[in-house]
Amino acid sequence: MAGRPISPRPLSPHMTIWKWRVHAVVSMTHRITGNAMAMGAVVLFLWWLIAAATGPEAYALFLSVATGWFGILVGIGFTWVFYQHMASGIRHLVMDTGQNFDLAANRASAFTTFIASVVLTVATWAIIFTTKGF
Amino acid sequence: MAEFSLPANSKISSAGKRYPAPAGAKNVRAFKVYRWNPDDGANPRYDTYELDLDETGPMVLDALIKIKSEVDSTLTFRRSCREGICGSCSMNIDGLNTLACTQAIADIKGEVRVLPLPHMEVVKDLVPDFKHFYAQYASIKPWLQTVTPTPSGEERLQSVEDRSKLDGLYECILCACCSTACPSYWWNSDKFLGPAILLQAYRWLADSRDEMTGERLDQLEDPFRLYRCHTIMNCSNVCPKGLNPAKAIAEIKLMMVERAG
Repeated sequence: MAGRPISPRPLSPHMTIWKWRVHAVVSMTHRITGNAMAMGAVVLFLWWLIAAATGPEAYALFLSVATGWFGILVGIGFTWVFYQHMASGIRHLVMDTGQNFDLAANRASAFTTFIASVVLTVATWAIIFTTKGF
Repeated sequence: MAEFSLPANSKISSAGKRYPAPAGAKNVRAFKVYRWNPDDGANPRYDTYELDLDETGPMVLDALIKIKSEVDSTLTFRRSCREGICGSCSMNIDGLNTLACTQAIADIKGEVRVLPLPHMEVVKDLVPDFKHFYAQYASIKPWLQTVTPTPSGEERLQSVEDRSKLDGLYECILCACCSTACPSYWWNSDKFLGPAILLQAYRWLADSRDEMTGERLDQLEDPFRLYRCHTIMNCSNVCPKGLNPAKAIAEIKLMMVERAG
């Protein structure tokens, strides 16, 4: 039987039409921060290692960037990334034990990870600035 | 690997039509509806229908039925019971998956955007293909499995306490709102069973009369089938029946750990 041509079926829209809420955002942030730390650590470590192996001038350049305003900015960023990943990691660990599945409490815990990471980042750098006196 | 953007044939074109509200309408609300017709070879589009809410029932399904019967009879969607028990009219409304029949229009601000369930093959307009979803459901053998002989002359009895362990599980209507809300299911639906099917799997694991618990766990012990759940919690937040698939999945994970000793 000659069937009429039928267009291949489209895939319905997903990410772009979804109303993202904090419980899902914190989970995605967990993935992104984890990858950022892994990749950032590799890049910085390689640069440090290559600079040290190349000679005093290359190492001095590394140090000047790392302790300059840009280095500090990246440092503050990585500190937040670290604390955020830690906070959301603890939240997911608790959920792996079967706790924190009540929707309101779960949402509150998602908010808390963001508040905790910002507070800890500010506290950490406040200590660094006051004791080191950049 | 997750494919974040839509394939070329799935991108929404700007060719949508607008159907203005009837003259004299005072309480106008626009409904922006995803349209795709397998016969015209065109990409999907949004058609916008303006309705007079004073002449429309309270739920989004009432609006869709009004559009189909009075404005545009080509609009295609599934519906049956109109009271949240059949699961036919599951769709994405205002960015979240729910049943059109239990979603009040008054609870949505502004234009009401209606799409098929996310990341599904579209058969037409708001009708997605459930073939794969049902095949996954069949794969968990969703029926009571026993090895002991059936007691003569009576049913397999269950204590009130054991029966209560099925509360929050048996109410699932398989509307797929949860599974198609799950980003993990979007990227891995070929292998990951998704929240709805895993909640159903747990419904049989939790049943005191079922005697295939070990075999059921064996079947789920897999990096994809069960463990693609990353507790994103979209599933539990959209379930129109107020169930908690994420918790059911966590219970399965706990059973795996406990059985490993």
